[in-house]
Amino acid sequence: MSKIGANTQNLPLLDQPIFKKIMALIQFLFVLVLTFLGLLAITFFIGRVIPIDPVLAVVGDRATQEIYDATRTAMGLDRPLFVQFFAYVGDVFTGDLGKSVSTGRFVADDLMRVFPATLEMATLGIFIGVVLGVPMGVYSAAKEGKWLDQVFRVLGLVGYSVPAFWIGLVGLALFYGHLGWVAGPGRVDIFYEGLVEPRTGLMLVDSLLAGEWEIFWNAISHITLPAAILGFFSLAYIARMTRSFMLEQLNQEFVTTARVKGVPEHVVLWKHAFLPIRVPLITVIGLSYAGLLEGSVMIETVFSWPGIGNYLTVALLNADMNAVLGATLVVGAVFILINKLSDVLYRVLDPRSR
Amino acid sequence: MSEKLLEVQDLRVTFPTHRGDIDVVKGISFDLGRERLAIVGESGSGKSMTGRSILRLIRSPGRVTATKLKFDNIDLLDQSEKQMRALRGARISMVMQDPKYSLNPVLTIGEQIGEALRTHQNLPRKQVHDRVIDMLDQVRINDPDRVAKLYPHEVSGGMGQRIMIAMMLIPEPDLLIADEPTSALDVSVQAQVLDLIDGLIQQKGMGLIIISHDLNLVANYADRVLVMNAGEIVEECDASALKDAQHPYTKGLLAAVPRIDETREELPTLDRSQWDAT
Repeated sequence: MSKIGANTQNLPLLDQPIFKKIMALIQFLFVLVLTFLGLLAITFFIGRVIPIDPVLAVVGDRATQEIYDATRTAMGLDRPLFVQFFAYVGDVFTGDLGKSVSTGRFVADDLMRVFPATLEMATLGIFIGVVLGVPMGVYSAAKEGKWLDQVFRVLGLVGYSVPAFWIGLVGLALFYGHLGWVAGPGRVDIFYEGLVEPRTGLMLVDSLLAGEWEIFWNAISHITLPAAILGFFSLAYIARMTRSFMLEQLNQEFVTTARVKGVPEHVVLWKHAFLPIRVPLITVIGLSYAGLLEGSVMIETVFSWPGIGNYLTVALLNADMNAVLGATLVVGAVFILINKLSDVLYRVLDPRSR
Repeated sequence: MSEKLLEVQDLRVTFPTHRGDIDVVKGISFDLGRERLAIVGESGSGKSMTGRSILRLIRSPGRVTATKLKFDNIDLLDQSEKQMRALRGARISMVMQDPKYSLNPVLTIGEQIGEALRTHQNLPRKQVHDRVIDMLDQVRINDPDRVAKLYPHEVSGGMGQRIMIAMMLIPEPDLLIADEPTSALDVSVQAQVLDLIDGLIQQKGMGLIIISHDLNLVANYADRVLVMNAGEIVEECDASALKDAQHPYTKGLLAAVPRIDETREELPTLDRSQWDAT
């Protein structure tokens, strides 16, 4: 038996390492549930105070008072607010998000359909943003003030300031209408629609699982342009942040130390200066990704993408409160999840926070 | 002192500003053999810039010029950046001021020391590891196997500086520049670190440039002393003859050092009018 094992045997229960780990996990889950409850409460009460009448949305404005009142009672809106809230929380924890007024389906089913569409596009977008944005930021910082830096910064500025719908329409006109390099709006061509069984809801994955290569390539051709545009937006932010983090590191003494050792410049850059900025970069990338997962209404509208951004907007305009609450919950859950994931990565990447 | 390790003639370090170029080192000259030279001066006197210009690590827009800057008969100003990299670490090395900032926070100590060696010599992993452990042992670190796996924030300042010394000496350079190696350390470990540098330098027969603002400290660890003020060398003498220094700046500095049997009510300050006539 190892020395450490022998030592811990005599410790009281509360000091056992395994017990401490379990406590840490319980604490983590507790915070998670609490954050989620807070989110639920805020969305629920905002949903109740906005000047939209969900009953009217169901019965229409020509309904008689009797029908109105009956519907109101049926929807449970006559109960006190906090009773409604606890009923709602109870429903959510059993997986019931209610029915959507505008689609007539269960909100949970709708979300299972629209969220993967956004997930697919956002993931590809953030991938493009990171793969291009990080090196751009690093080399921008390395060549501070030189022409390469200027070109990258102007590119970033364009990504920052150009409106999404404009670049979407211009992109479509150029790459789809004029050059024909990519497919048009939608996730696949109309005659492929509904051909693959939606196992994950991700078109690229589902078509691969079904072995439908033709549909897979068609889906790729559809997703490329909107994902590239989302990628361009996150690239602008990621490159700018990377540049400023790198500039800060390149001024540090330990970078001079590396140069004194005779370390080649690309190692100075990618090892000595880049490794320490991974932690703040994860925050930036995580937030960008979460932002993309919220769904870009503009891009989804221009590209007829059945994503969560579109769904949420339509629901809001129709006073479809169950759908709004459900979609907001998903977005909130995504933020919480990505935050927690970043926390875990911090601990892996920064020896000082272990 | 027969063999000249470093020859410096009319060395200038220039920074462009809005009001024209400013020389922070104004044409200094000195030679160095395999001996211990101290460069002393107050903050801003150009002593650190002198050290860094020998490694050609003055960052742009700063410029280094000299009529002669030769290390072991190699013209340093003539070298390409690649050739300079082959010299840095391998033949000229530098210990910096504060290990809290000069060690990379996310790399282990063993990795950072090993890198100094691997950059210049293609050695198998096992051999690098053995040399790192041996070097840590030479800078008197107990349990080097454990320390090699630690990160810089897990060691004390004195230990950090010994690690820095190990990192800079592992490729066995000929010249070590120590830029204020003890000013960030507790008084109690300052002598320890200086003794260590001194012992290793003598043992390996290297040249040493020790940069400091502490005249008395340096007198014990150097053969010769250069006193710098405002980018110029104002005094050059043997360390043992420091008390007979001629220049009013040096005398002023020496007079301002408090003694253990101090009887003066007030320590004298520098009367700059004596040499700041320009």
